[in-house]
Amino acid sequence: MQLTVLLIILALLTVIGYQMGRSRAVASVGGRIVELHSVPSYHGFYVALWAGLPALLLFAFWGASEGWLVMQMVLSGLPDRLVNGDAQSLGLLRADILNLAHGVTTGREPDPEVVAAAERYVRLHALGDWSLLVIGCCVAIGGLLYARRRIDPDLRARNRVERTVNIALVICSLVAILTTIGIVLSLLFEAIRFFAVVNPLDFLFGTHWSPQMAMRADQVGSSGSFGAIPLFAGTLLITGIAMAVAVPVGLMAAIFMSEYASPGLRTWLKPILEVLAGIPTVVYGFFAALTMAPFVRDVGNSLGLSVSSESALAAGFVMGVMIIPFVSSLSDDVINAVPQSLRDGSYGLGATKSETIRLVVLPAALPGIVAAIMLAVSRAIGETMIVTMAAGLTANLTANPLDAVTTVTTQIATLLVGDQEFDSPKTLSAFGLGLVLFVVTLTLNMVALRVVQKYREKYD
Amino acid sequence: MSVQTHIPATAMPSRPAAGIHGTKMVARDVKVFYGAKQALKGINLEIQENRVMALIGPSGCGKSTFLRCLNRMNDTIENCRVEGLIALDGEDVYGKNIDAVQLRARVGMVFQKPNPFPKSIYDNIAYGPRIHGIASHRDEMDEIVQTSLQRAGLWNEVKDRLREPGTGLSGGQQQRLCIARAIAVSPEVILMDEPCSALDPIATAHIEELIDELRENYTIVIVTHNMQQAARVSQKTAFFHLGDMVECDDTEEIFTNPRDERTQGYITGRYG
Repeated sequence: MQLTVLLIILALLTVIGYQMGRSRAVASVGGRIVELHSVPSYHGFYVALWAGLPALLLFAFWGASEGWLVMQMVLSGLPDRLVNGDAQSLGLLRADILNLAHGVTTGREPDPEVVAAAERYVRLHALGDWSLLVIGCCVAIGGLLYARRRIDPDLRARNRVERTVNIALVICSLVAILTTIGIVLSLLFEAIRFFAVVNPLDFLFGTHWSPQMAMRADQVGSSGSFGAIPLFAGTLLITGIAMAVAVPVGLMAAIFMSEYASPGLRTWLKPILEVLAGIPTVVYGFFAALTMAPFVRDVGNSLGLSVSSESALAAGFVMGVMIIPFVSSLSDDVINAVPQSLRDGSYGLGATKSETIRLVVLPAALPGIVAAIMLAVSRAIGETMIVTMAAGLTANLTANPLDAVTTVTTQIATLLVGDQEFDSPKTLSAFGLGLVLFVVTLTLNMVALRVVQKYREKYD
Repeated sequence: MSVQTHIPATAMPSRPAAGIHGTKMVARDVKVFYGAKQALKGINLEIQENRVMALIGPSGCGKSTFLRCLNRMNDTIENCRVEGLIALDGEDVYGKNIDAVQLRARVGMVFQKPNPFPKSIYDNIAYGPRIHGIASHRDEMDEIVQTSLQRAGLWNEVKDRLREPGTGLSGGQQQRLCIARAIAVSPEVILMDEPCSALDPIATAHIEELIDELRENYTIVIVTHNMQQAARVSQKTAFFHLGDMVECDDTEEIFTNPRDERTQGYITGRYG
């Protein structure tokens, strides 16, 4: 409650600060704005930043440390017999205090001293909030007054404001980078736990995938086998089929749209094609499982082939259709970006339209097309839903597109769905798979980047 | 795009015309429309064999448009409509017997901005001969590449790096590469649309020398904004103004003794 009030007050103070800074700057030169080093609005922002930022920093610091601080104070007031335990009992004590403070009943009769501590915790907490409100307001007003006093025609307000904005931009980009690092680390730690149980070599080069573990000693069941080769082979197979569909179709569609279609046709053709990209993958999954897979099976059977009703071909084909717009839309953009002067040069030599496209336009657009294809590949590798619904969960090691296969992402999804215990290798194997998948896609992206750069040097 | 021929075939001059230099191309009452806007208002012009014809005039006067009619580059522009007659060696270039693609192999073009293909120097030159199947084996192609580069005066500068990208050359070298590329398909006429406007004076001097040498084997039409350049490289000059061809005469005559007041004004720099 107090925090909301503080935030509202802070917002008001920054607005007031902006107005004060602005008008004071104008007044300091008697309305002759040219004499100011920075235009008045920068003086306004300068004061507003001084009013808002220090208080916000205090707020953030408080939010991060308040719980720990208050708890330390409460614990220091408790008798030694409660506090002098090992780390585990201390943690239990903390949890008890917090539960009581938040009104959660623990089911057992609490120690009267712990109850007292919880009450103390609540009191201190409330006191802390009120003092934050008061201190926060003081800091904000102090900052505002300090900045307002510094307003002067020679104050380099623009430079200071821009430096602050600069720092804010750096922090924002750091957030993205740190998030990535955080994801990788969390993946890494769980994967390390997994590899402590399962030999990494068995995982990477084993050809049998069967993650079911016996939960009790007397249970009949497999002991778990974590050879990831069938999963990666399945991923490769389905991605290959998808790319075999998406690349030719998407590229040809892009060539038609950018080179042959009239502008009028193009303006409605391109959005319609892009609608394909907006369909949720679950819907593609329906299509793959209910229409495509039976169709593939029936055609296969009529040709005398044995086709399982969940086939890699059906899933790969539908996935290919799904990523057509990625290839076509991006390729269309890069083909359009090829300068008209190159086309003119080719026509001027007596080349036909198809010769010009084949020999000049496509080579010039190649880096962009490669980038589009790489994007489509990573999309295909990461796709989960269609495979889950249409290609099944059988980890077959096969190159036959008519068999059922499974992919890495599908396995990850099934391993983590529902209640799972996080000390079983079965669950942890998902992180092992995720880590390898991450490394693979990262390598793919880096290779693609290098390819693009190499060609760009050559073709710009 | 539609073409309407108003002039009966008998009105076309037959080769060879009077003088040493035969007439290579003829334009009769050429009108060009971009949509509803008329860009050329009936141009009559004769282009003589093995001579350089310069087209001068203020921006937007239609000289580039006219140039692009000569090899039907305007076909690639939507809404562009050409009326009147343009003949190459007495044959209507917009006629049924002539394909724009074949025409452009005979009437080559060099553009304002150097536009080498993103390929090696060798492949840039070999591009035209390859698509027209001019060379039957490798040695022949090597020779075409060498002679084209030699004629364009670029051979000595690039002979050791034929496999390097053409886009890595300097602006002037790129433009000579484009000229070599045009020569490689052995056209009869070369159209140049302000070929030096993106180049520095030294590169410009190079290209001008080159144009003078090329005159022996080719008919050249050049659009230029640079009056000195027109005076230096051309034998005939045509002055365009607001979609009209005001006058066309020997270059010396135009620059020393223009008949029309507008020509006089333009070449003396009073407007343009």
